[in-house]
Amino acid sequence: MNHASVSETNATARLGMWLFLFTEIMMFGGLFLLYASYRVRFPQAFSDSAQQLNIWLGAANALILLTGSFCTTLSVTALRRGSRRLAMILLAITVLMGGLFLFNHYLEWSGQIRAGIYPNSPVLDHMSHGEILFFGLYYVTLGLHGLHVLIGSIILAVMAVFIGRGSLTPEDTIKLENASLFWHLVDIIWIFLFPLYYLMH
Amino acid sequence: MTETQLAAVSDRGFLDPKHSKYPGIFGWIFSTDHKRIGLLYLYSAMGFFLIGVMIGVGMRLELLTPGRTIVSAQTYNDMFTMHGMIMIFLFLVPLPPGAFGNLFLPLHIGANDVAFPRLNLLSWWLYVIGALTILGTVFTPGGPPDTGWTLYVPFSTQTPHSVTMAILGIFIVGFSSILTGINMIATVHRLRAPTMKWSRLPLFVWGIYATAWIQVLATPMLAITLLLVVAERLFHVGLFNAVKGGDPLMYQHMFWIYSHPAVYIMLLPGMGIVSEIIPVFSRKRIFGYWAMAISVLAIAGAGSLVWAHHMFVSGMSTAAVFVFSLLTFAVAIPSAIKVFNWLSTMYKGSISLDPPMLFALSFIFLFTIGGLSGLVLGAAATNVPLHATDFVVGHFHYVMFGGGGVAVLGALHYWLPKIYGKMYNKTAATVGWAIFFIGFNLLYFSMLILGYEGMPRRYYNYPPQFTVLNVISTVGSWVLVIGLIILLTNLIHGIFRGTPAGNNPWDARTLEWTLPSPLPAENFATVPVVTHGPYDFESPLESP
Repeated sequence: MNHASVSETNATARLGMWLFLFTEIMMFGGLFLLYASYRVRFPQAFSDSAQQLNIWLGAANALILLTGSFCTTLSVTALRRGSRRLAMILLAITVLMGGLFLFNHYLEWSGQIRAGIYPNSPVLDHMSHGEILFFGLYYVTLGLHGLHVLIGSIILAVMAVFIGRGSLTPEDTIKLENASLFWHLVDIIWIFLFPLYYLMH
Repeated sequence: MTETQLAAVSDRGFLDPKHSKYPGIFGWIFSTDHKRIGLLYLYSAMGFFLIGVMIGVGMRLELLTPGRTIVSAQTYNDMFTMHGMIMIFLFLVPLPPGAFGNLFLPLHIGANDVAFPRLNLLSWWLYVIGALTILGTVFTPGGPPDTGWTLYVPFSTQTPHSVTMAILGIFIVGFSSILTGINMIATVHRLRAPTMKWSRLPLFVWGIYATAWIQVLATPMLAITLLLVVAERLFHVGLFNAVKGGDPLMYQHMFWIYSHPAVYIMLLPGMGIVSEIIPVFSRKRIFGYWAMAISVLAIAGAGSLVWAHHMFVSGMSTAAVFVFSLLTFAVAIPSAIKVFNWLSTMYKGSISLDPPMLFALSFIFLFTIGGLSGLVLGAAATNVPLHATDFVVGHFHYVMFGGGGVAVLGALHYWLPKIYGKMYNKTAATVGWAIFFIGFNLLYFSMLILGYEGMPRRYYNYPPQFTVLNVISTVGSWVLVIGLIILLTNLIHGIFRGTPAGNNPWDARTLEWTLPSPLPAENFATVPVVTHGPYDFESPLESP
């Protein structure tokens, strides 16, 4: 395969990945739609519930994901310049960030659950409608997002293995680029989730 | 016959086992050739279609007499749910892009395969796995879902039937649909032959392209909505539960944000197919090429903004009813442009009534009845009394079956000779078509009248004054099935025993006809050079 055809195939793969990201945005879009609709109906309850969440954990998670994004981008450049070891280290940092994010989530959720706030719990069901909906959306949306962080981390770990095995080469980085695009999407969704659930009082 | 001619006749093209990587059936179900995957889609979806037909005939049989005829009310609920799910998620959504899109879109644009061949194979596998999951609910202790294919809350979150499993199946099929959409968009953008400009794309390609965008953008909304129903069933989150402050209407909004555009997933490829057939059998260039191409995109765009016209009687605000009613009328404009342009294409054309053309003509006729009865339902005032009646059932069967389904039959009669290189018996096809067409109108026009008179839909029982029309409708379903049997047997017989069809039996001008029949495994040996539009019948067919 000559060089031109590789760049052609890469452009096609990139287009395919962007189309896939559109579908992810539309899927989370459904949850944003529900959030908007219910927030308009229960502004006070949503504001009160948001104050119960730990801003620092949310902010730390934003920082963690952004650091991960930074490292995946660097890893693409590193691989392009031929530093496979560096690329793998950067990917490992990103995967670590993914793990850290999920650990933070675990801390936060276990705290909530200990306080008795989880779907269908007696405590939550005795709270106001607005609060039930806020925490319902909180668990569903952040749960789906957390699942994406997990999947993103696994994909990037696989990419690191590919680099190690030599099936991802400096000449053909498209798989790594697409994997990193997925991480950016997960990151950017958090950039919206963080203010919606933690900051908007 | 000379030896070379004999060799040409016995050449089975891409069908030949010598092109299989694996032996026997594995050479098909693990093939990444777009033509083989297209045929896999065709046969699996037609199989599910026949199951759906049988359930439909069973439902009509139940409605032959008032009261219980053959099944209980509960079984009737299960039947109309499975009929809807099969016909929509397993037949009309996947078949046109999956079968004909796969088979002919790459050929139409001068490409040797789709953009992502392995993803394409994954799409088919996901489709089959999802389909079997949906059908598998029949064998679960809970039984198949009894909610109707719309899975409306709160019932879908409460019924003991296997709703969760059915939703899982729909989710998987939806994922397959998204992957097909991504593949088609990328193929059209990236793999057109250099001389295949956008202005030279056959209208079938435009149809699949617009469909693919809806698949990509709308299907995720269905995915998340159905996941939320599962969350309600398993964790009782309360997002759609009024007791906990949730709003069941939000479910309906989110469901129809996908499911109304899905109507166009089922219809736009059909419009593309008809736009291929009509110029060929009128020997005239399509009237208003750009109006046709843009109106397909306009239907896809405007059609995505009209979802709440399914909810006029749900207690939505009157302002919302007004807006969605207005937008619904707006979709009629590009649809009417298409109908008028097809008619103008035929005007002063040299029309030959070969079987594909008969289906194209009946598409226009049936789709127009479906479209006009759709306007009756789109107007809020007439919608309210008709909403829960058989009128709606008649209307959407005219659009979906009379539009999408008839287009599939037309496509089969247009393209099977190309795929297999054998021509079916045209007389038998014409007879089958006539019987099918009569049966179709007996079956569904009766429903329009019944609904107008007040017969409720989704009921297995009715007062005696509706008996005559129900009997006519049920007899119509038998006539339709006889027509269908003749059509399909004739096609299958044609595949095996038909006379050689030649490379271009219809004297068409799109690129697939430049290739030998059956189609060669590698499509184009050299990148085709296109010098004119797809319907320039005064120019000769380009050499491969």
